[in-house]
Amino acid sequence: MEFDFSEDQKLLKEQVARFLREKSPLTVTRRVLESAETHAAEVWSGLADLGALGVAVPEAYGGMGLGALELCVIAEEVGRSCAPVPFQSSVCLATDALVQFGSEAQKARWLPELIAGKIIGTVAVAEAGKSSPSQLATTFAADKLTGTKLPVIDGEAAGLAIVLAGGAGGATMALVELGDSGVTRRRVETLDPTRKQAEIVFKGAAAEPLGERGGGARQLQTLHERAAVLGAFEQIGGAEASLYMARDFALERYAFGRQIGSYQAIKHKLADAYIKIELARSNAYYGAMMLSSGGADLPLAAAAARVAATDAYEYASKENIQTHGGIGFTWAADPHMHYRRSRLLALSLGGATLWRNRLVTALEKRNAV
Amino acid sequence: MNFNDTPDEAKFRTEARAFLEANAKRRTPGSAPSRNVDRDDEVIKTAKAWQAKKLASGFAAITWPKEIGGRGGTPIQQIIYAQEEAQFVTPPGVFDIGLGMCIPTLVKHGSSEHAARFVKPALKGDEIWCQLFSEPVAGSDVAGIRTRAKRDGDNWVVNGQKVWTTGAHFCDFGLLLVRTDPDVSKHKGLTMFFVDMKSKGVEARPIKQVSGGAEFNEVFFTDVVIPDSQRLGKVGDGWTVALTTLMNERLAVGIATGILGVDDFLTLARSSDIDGEPAIRNGAIRDRLAQFFVEAEGLKYTRYRMWTALSRGETPGPQSSINKVVSGRMMQDLGSLAMEVMGEASLMTGEGPGGGAFQRQWLGAAGFRIAGGTDEILRNIIAERVLGLPSDVRVDKDTTFAELEAKRSKR
Repeated sequence: MEFDFSEDQKLLKEQVARFLREKSPLTVTRRVLESAETHAAEVWSGLADLGALGVAVPEAYGGMGLGALELCVIAEEVGRSCAPVPFQSSVCLATDALVQFGSEAQKARWLPELIAGKIIGTVAVAEAGKSSPSQLATTFAADKLTGTKLPVIDGEAAGLAIVLAGGAGGATMALVELGDSGVTRRRVETLDPTRKQAEIVFKGAAAEPLGERGGGARQLQTLHERAAVLGAFEQIGGAEASLYMARDFALERYAFGRQIGSYQAIKHKLADAYIKIELARSNAYYGAMMLSSGGADLPLAAAAARVAATDAYEYASKENIQTHGGIGFTWAADPHMHYRRSRLLALSLGGATLWRNRLVTALEKRNAV
Repeated sequence: MNFNDTPDEAKFRTEARAFLEANAKRRTPGSAPSRNVDRDDEVIKTAKAWQAKKLASGFAAITWPKEIGGRGGTPIQQIIYAQEEAQFVTPPGVFDIGLGMCIPTLVKHGSSEHAARFVKPALKGDEIWCQLFSEPVAGSDVAGIRTRAKRDGDNWVVNGQKVWTTGAHFCDFGLLLVRTDPDVSKHKGLTMFFVDMKSKGVEARPIKQVSGGAEFNEVFFTDVVIPDSQRLGKVGDGWTVALTTLMNERLAVGIATGILGVDDFLTLARSSDIDGEPAIRNGAIRDRLAQFFVEAEGLKYTRYRMWTALSRGETPGPQSSINKVVSGRMMQDLGSLAMEVMGEASLMTGEGPGGGAFQRQWLGAAGFRIAGGTDEILRNIIAERVLGLPSDVRVDKDTTFAELEAKRSKR
């Protein structure tokens, strides 16, 4: 039984963790929260220098040629630090989409720049209230993209977008440079301003298909399943950070003559957060195993990891505020940064209700009658 | 990452499987292991014979040192054996408490004469042990026990009542925690003995449980004489000795075997209707099913993480502490949702759909959430030992036990 990360993977995790503790404490997250910055550029380039952005990309394109497991441990640390960087958008979605579906020319053109942190990528699906591939109004024809994507996470920082366009023959993923003259952007106010989001309007912007024309819906599902596992690790990192922030506060805060951490109302709440996190971690490990081995159980494992990790982060981050009491509701205190991030991560690949339904669909398939 | 055995583990598994193939019948898939059945004389006889066989082949006490009759094996071998044994029909584990909790306590705190006399017969299955700690007034707060032992020369005379003693009616010896000094604080006045269950003045009466079964007993002690030579540890050191036993208990009770799970629920939801629609197409049912799946799988892979640590020769992390607290509530909730899917008919037990299995599980879960550490105590343990939060404020710390009792009776 080797159901754990290897020594090397743990060393990598610690290396990234140390970098983020030093360079991306919550003061940096707050800086981006309170400013017009789209992300912390110095943290992003630092991660690129560590090789963290291309850890799972083949060496031929400038990556480290390692695998999904290495990406999982990095994701966890990014989540723990609540780093204001487009890790999920650029690494777990755009870069992975290129690796999975890109042509040789597309990979050679974009991967080295993405890995070096010279350009940021994102995936744009949502159109205001609509995000199911069959509902999308954005069109892609004759290598021109037209439509409006709203909101696009990290859409302002990105230079490259993979846009899901609708169409009679099925949805298609289109690769588009956001510097194109047919592209205009507008920042939108969101719940988590530490990862700025945008409305992107395409008016006949030059684009090329990524992967199969008409195969966009299927590709998106695969991409989301893969990203769900990585996202689960990011959520687990954030959940643990929230739990230990609450724990530390419960040790130092006194009420009615005692540390509040000595009351069972607080102890049991935090024990529940611990339980949820461990359930999520165990599910995420299996997801990681399926992801890295190309296992057939990935759809089910990914859904389970995502459902459990979304629950864990949501619970830990909201009860962190609750444990803090009034101070926790102030802008000046730190807990709300994880509260915001937990929502962003819960919705960025589709909410828990959607994934619970997917989980059962995958389970029905596995236990076919 | 993989689930594979190391070459040594694979070799041991083959050995264990060969032993089981030669000596037991393979379980039909889907049937529950035969635990917690009525323990009549015939069952005890079968269990004893099976235990002797296991000992002869080196599978009775895998992790114990060779000097005391064990195999000198590793924890992962113990787990591999348990995994394999679970696939076979074997008698109920009437020795689990004795070998898992009582004998390790005796070896640690008793004399070498004690070990020489009692370990072998227990291992061989000739003598069965039980644990006599809980009392009607002292459950989670087991240090609050009242059963009193008074010194009488080389003997002690014991009076009082124990409760929740598994198998007291067929056990030969029991580990007995008593109060020897009420005039010090409650943890300090305790002493541990072992007692011959056939002694004059010991009376075991079965307790009928909510689930209908009677696996436990209350045990009454009336002027029971115990020689001082059967004391384990010093007079007044009973709490320290008890902690050895209790630490082993949580490991033993933590795993609920043979329960109905997510797959069984899925089968049920596929064949049942809610308001004219297949239950499995009902959004609320799907939502709950997904939640159960995540918890069941989470526990399974948490065990795999523990086994990985053991396989590597490392100490497992604290995450295993979540097992019982999650599985107890899950058994209960899954049972109740299953009955909802089955509808009114599930109010019938014997004639009910599925033979009443989910109903039995729902009833039993109410006890599982209490046995061997309640949900609440387990949350305290996670909060204190894993998260480092302070222990509960103890208002009885600086009071003698006698004063506590006086206060209690005044209310």
